[in-house]
This record gives sequence, structure tokens and C-alpha cells, in this order.
Amino acid sequence: MLSIKNLHACVENKQILNGLNLEIKAGEVHAIMGPNGSGKSTLSQVLAGNEAFDVTAGEVTFNGDNLLDLATEERAREGIFLAFQYPVEIPGVSNLQFLRTSVNAMRKHHGIEDMNAAEFMKLAKEVSKQVDLDPAFLKRGVNEGFSGGEKKRNEVMQALLLQPKLAILDETDSGLDIDALKVVADGVNALRASDRAILMITHYQRLLDHIVPDYVHVLSEGKIIRSGGPELALELEAKGYGWLGIEDQAAANHG
Amino acid sequence: MATTDEEVRELIKREYEHGFVTEIESDTFEPGLNEDVIRRLSDLKQEPEFMLEWRLKAYRRWLEMDEPEWAHVDYPQVKFDDISYYSAPKRPEDMPQSLDEVDPELLKTYEKLGIPLHERAKLAGVAVDAVFDSVSVVTTFKEPLEKAGVIFCPISEALQKHPELVKKYLGSVVPVADNYYAALNSAVFSDGSFVYIPKGVRCPLELSTYFRINAANTGQFERTLIIADAGSYVSYLEGCTAPMRDENQLHAAVVELVLLDDAQIKYSTVQNWYPGDETGKGGIYNFVTKRAACIGKNSKVSWTQVETGSAITWKYPSCILRGDNSVGEFYSVALTHNYQQADTGTKMIHIGKNTSSTVISKGISAGRSSNAYRGLVKFNPGAEGARNFTQCDSLLIGDRCGAHTFPYIESKNKSAIVEHEATTSKVSDEQMFLCRQRGIEPEQAVSMIVNGFCKEVFKELPMEFAVEAGKLLEVSLEGSVG
Ligand SMILES: Nc1ncnc2c1ncn2[C@@H]1O[C@H](COP(=O)(O)OP(=O)(O)O)[C@@H](O)[C@H]1O
Ligand SMILES: [Mg+2]
Repeated sequence: MLSIKNLHACVENKQILNGLNLEIKAGEVHAIMGPNGSGKSTLSQVLAGNEAFDVTAGEVTFNGDNLLDLATEERAREGIFLAFQYPVEIPGVSNLQFLRTSVNAMRKHHGIEDMNAAEFMKLAKEVSKQVDLDPAFLKRGVNEGFSGGEKKRNEVMQALLLQPKLAILDETDSGLDIDALKVVADGVNALRASDRAILMITHYQRLLDHIVPDYVHVLSEGKIIRSGGPELALELEAKGYGWLGIEDQAAANHG
Repeated sequence: MATTDEEVRELIKREYEHGFVTEIESDTFEPGLNEDVIRRLSDLKQEPEFMLEWRLKAYRRWLEMDEPEWAHVDYPQVKFDDISYYSAPKRPEDMPQSLDEVDPELLKTYEKLGIPLHERAKLAGVAVDAVFDSVSVVTTFKEPLEKAGVIFCPISEALQKHPELVKKYLGSVVPVADNYYAALNSAVFSDGSFVYIPKGVRCPLELSTYFRINAANTGQFERTLIIADAGSYVSYLEGCTAPMRDENQLHAAVVELVLLDDAQIKYSTVQNWYPGDETGKGGIYNFVTKRAACIGKNSKVSWTQVETGSAITWKYPSCILRGDNSVGEFYSVALTHNYQQADTGTKMIHIGKNTSSTVISKGISAGRSSNAYRGLVKFNPGAEGARNFTQCDSLLIGDRCGAHTFPYIESKNKSAIVEHEATTSKVSDEQMFLCRQRGIEPEQAVSMIVNGFCKEVFKELPMEFAVEAGKLLEVSLEGSVG
């Protein structure tokens, strides 16, 4: 489904991704782990088409198409979804309006007619319950005044609503308490399907107790330095990043 | 980021929808202004004697005044002698005798603005006075209004049928020499709407005036006077458009609202005069004086405006809160782009006890435009217990535009309470990226974000106009991301 070859990317003239390779097939769940600053979010932003990042070398294909040729919104309509690490607020625009506009933009692309307001409301209520969000959230401004945990659940809710082909989840587990983590994990597990791939970016192993990935990759300085099965995450947890000879930038900074 | 700014600029490029010219022969005065022109104008309109005197007095005062320069706008001096002060369709048969004869283009424009002119389009329940250049061409729904005792007619007609009412109130809120453009308007105003709502009457329909500038090189100087007698209520909307022309055209209107005890007026404006082209060429100079006098106790006036047009806007709908417990409200959305300049805001003058006012201003700047909020809140010594709340938000699209806020507060009463909040924000790259990541077209994203920003104001508009205002913003933002 997704094939990344020798990907190099920079932001503001700073090289971040340095020859990243990754193959993801339909039905698979991949986890990318790595210290803060290793380029995890950069990878997710580059895949989603954030124009602040420049791809300087390499190629990315998505279901055979050259992904890098597509505009952000085209990638989204082809089925790439990004759950943001830091979801941004859009004051005054209700979640409901935002999501309905989104759903209808996707439908239009696939030649399906708009979903009417009543139909949409019903669907939106269902998915919001699935992530334990009060449907009252649908009426609030997009992420406006949401707590960290609410924002993350809102992102997963959107993935459930949009049913993407490839869901990229950027630290959707961070900042969640145990209960919220369980809710988010249940939501992600509900997304697992034979025709869908999930790319989970996480700093910690604990999410992987709830969502068992097929593959785990370790990212360091913009490169995947190690890949393995779920046991790799446990090993990392036990031995720390230092075990792989890399420094956890965050730990070093805060330590 | 640079790329997104580029896109935003693309998105903001707009098409002006109402730029057509209606081809009819007009009776137009030679350009130039002197006492004879005013006499001719007054004569043509068969005005009562007092009106001519009033006009001449205004003209003589105007001659002694200087063009104001304090506003945050920049434009070449207006050449008043190059302007024609009167233009009307020439032959009587060119004047619509009934709605069916109103120019279909004009009707279409009305429909686009959400103001159906046809009697059969009654569902909207809006009575319309259509002013075409210097004359009122048609007023709809006359009968049901007359039954309710409501007078809604061109001011030129009111001068003949109800001279005592006009004489009593004209200039009572905006005196002839109030300011440069008000003085000019007083001297040469050609037409506009007159409304009188009798005691205790709730006007059965929304009233609306639609202003259209058509002829070239003419100024439009309309005059609106609305009197809400004790305990009455009226909701009034004005809409404006003009053809696309390379020359700038002057529009200097005066609107006076008078509110007696317990009266209420809701005045909404959707201003979409031709803004000029992408390079700043052409467009309307919109120099307008709008003022409401709450002379009665417990009266309430709300100004709601959506300003997207005009090359230059200079406009401060104000409230004189004289009656005790009277309430003034100002809700404004002003959008500028390309080279548009807007200096707009309000004045809340608290005179009576326990008077209160609310100001919500949303300025949106895009392109190379400049958008200023200028607001005065004043408490006179007698304004015991008065209060004001002002919220003033600016939204920037791209990085070549400007937003400015000039709040003035004068308080001569210690018990008065003022609250002022101001924010400036940008349509951020992150917001755009989020929307696009969810498959939303960049243009639609900008318009959605801008609409969200304006929500508090739109909810004050009558329903059908709120929808139109949203659409108008969308059109106005067309071309702002590629
Ligand atoms: N918009 C940006 N501008 C400048 N530097 C950035 C930007 N985004 C990320 N970086 C830098 O790129 C590096 C990788 O960041 P990121 O991809 O966010 O790492 P991670 O998600 O693994 O913590 C960091 O050094 C970070 O400071
Ligand atoms: Mg990150």
C-alpha cells in the first residue's frame, strides 16, 4: 500500500529525514518508536503533504501512485489520514460543520452525493460515543477549549468517521491517563481491517500493550535503524534507547 | 510559510458578481455643483420650500468646511466638480411601472442578495424600496404596510405626503453641518427611504432598501430617515451594489434613526459596493454617516453590518443613548482585500442613566488591504450606571495586509463601567493544513475559518441575510488559496 524509499526531507533548511525506507501492506499495523526529535512527526507531516517540509530526495508511492505529486487534500481524499500530535483549534467553526464538510469533500471526490445533515448527525453521534466523547462536543468549535485527552479522542473519532485506507497516528497516546488510553486503543483497534493499514507513532511502549503491532521500527536521526516484531518494543522498554546506542533527546534535556 | 501565503493570496482574488451596467437612457445633470444645481434638483423633485432652504443652508456650510483627513485611509482628493449630482432613467416608460418591469438583471441581483422583489416571493416577508442611482424605482408591499399604519416610501415622496414628519426629524440626529460629507449629502441628497412606524406597532414585514449605483460619474447621496414611535419595532436591511468601473465613484449617504420610548430598531447592512479591481483601480468611496438617537427611555437600537465592498469605507454607525435605560448595539464584520481600505467602527454616546452598549467588531484583512476599527465610547456626567462592553477582533489572511484598532474612551461619570477586549489572529498554516488534511478544498477552508470568526455577528443578522452574508464572504474570499 505504502512504499517509502530513501526519503530525505528538511524543514527550514534543517535536514531531518535522512534516507528512510518503509514498506506497509494493507491490513498491517506498524509502530514507529524513537526518541524526541528523531523525526517521527516530520515523517507523518511529509506523508500527509505539509508544505512546510521539503522532500529533497527519495520517493513515496501509495497504492502505486506517486504520493509526492499529490496536494494535501488529494492525499486525504485518496485515504491518507493523520491524527495530529498537536491538533489545532478553529474557533467558531463547529466540529459538526467541520466534519461534515470533510466527509462531503471525500464523498464528492468519490462521486458520492453529499450526506444530509440528519444522516450525518446520526453517524457523528455514533462515532463520538465510540471514543467516549459526549455528542455535545460536536457542537463546540473544532478543538476549541478541548483538554489534551479530548483532542486526542477527537482525532480518533475522525479516523473512525472517515474510514481512511492509511491511518497515521502521531503520538495519539501521549498525555492520556490509563482510562483514556484504553478508549483510544479500543478506537484504534476498531479501525484494524484487512484493507486498511495503520502507522502508529509513539514514544512509549505502553500503547502497544493495547494495540499489538505487526512490526515495530526504531527511528533515530531520520533513519530507521532497527525493525522487528512486537518484542522489539518490549526490549526497548526494558533497556531504554541507550541500548541501541542512541540518546533520548527528551530524557537528556529534561534529565 | 511562504507557500501557504502564496496560496492564500490566490484564494482571495475575487470576482465581483454585480459589476454589470444596465443600459438605459438617463437624465443626468452636467457635472458640477453650485446653488443652481441644488435649486434644479429641488425643483425637479417638487419639494416644499423649507427643503430648498435647508439644502442651501447645508451647501453654504459645506463650502466653509474642509475634507476630513483623520481617518486611516489614503486616496486622492475627490474632485467635486467632476461629479454629476443627479441621474435618473430618462423616459417615464423606462421607469418600472410595476415589478414585472423592473430590469431582470436588477431582479437577479436582488435574488442573489436574498431580497426577492416579486410579490409572489412573499415567503421572505420583506418589503423592498429599490433605489436606482438618484431615484427610488419601486417599493413593494405597500398595502399590508399601509394597513398597519407603517409609512415606507421614497423620502422624496414623504416630503410631499408627510412634510411635517420629515421637517420635524430630518437633521435632528445628524445636523446639516455635522461633518463634511453629511453637509454635502444634506445639500444634494436625491433619494432614499423614509420609514415611520406608529405607536405600539410591530412592523409586520422586514423592510429593506436596495441601493444600486448604475450611471458613470455620478455620486450617490441617499438619505434615509427611520422614525420608530413609542413602543414600536422594525427590522430594516439595506443592500448595495455598483457596476465595475475604472473611475472611483462617490457614495455619501446619511442615515438617521429616531427612537421614542420603548421603541426598537434593528438595522442591518450588507454593503457590497464595487471594491475596485486587483490592482486597486476603481471602486466606490463609501463615506457614510449613520446615527441613531435613542431619545426615548428603554429604547433599543442595533446596528449590524457586513461590509465587504467599496474601495474606501469610512463609516461609524453610532448611538446616542439619551433616554434612560436605552441600549445601543453594534455588530460588525468588515472584510477588506486587494487594495481596499476600511476605517469603520462606532460611537456610543451615553447620556441617560443606566444606558448600556455592546460593540462586537470583526475585521478581516487580506491582500494588501488596510482595515481599521475606530470606536468612541463616551459617558456624559449624567450617565449614572452606564456600561459598555467592546470586543474587537482582527483576523489577518496573508502577511501583506494591515489591521489597526483605535479605541477612544471618554468618561465623565465615575459609576460608568467599560470593558474592552481586543485580539488579533491569523488564518494559520496549521489550520489550513488541518482542513486540507481532512480533504477540504483550501478555498472552502479559508471561508469556513472566516465564517467561524464572524459567527457572533452573523447570528445577529435576520436569518435569510445571515446565510447570504456567509455566501458573500465566500465570494469575497474567492481566489485566496490556490
Ligand atoms: N516546523 C519546524 N521548524 C523547524 N524545525 C522543526 C520543525 N518541525 C520539526 N523541526 C525539528 O525537526 C526535528 C524533528 O522533529 P519531529 O519530527 O517533530 O520529531 P519527533 O516527532 O520525533 O519528536 C527536531 O529537531 C525539530 O526541532
Ligand atoms: Mg512528534
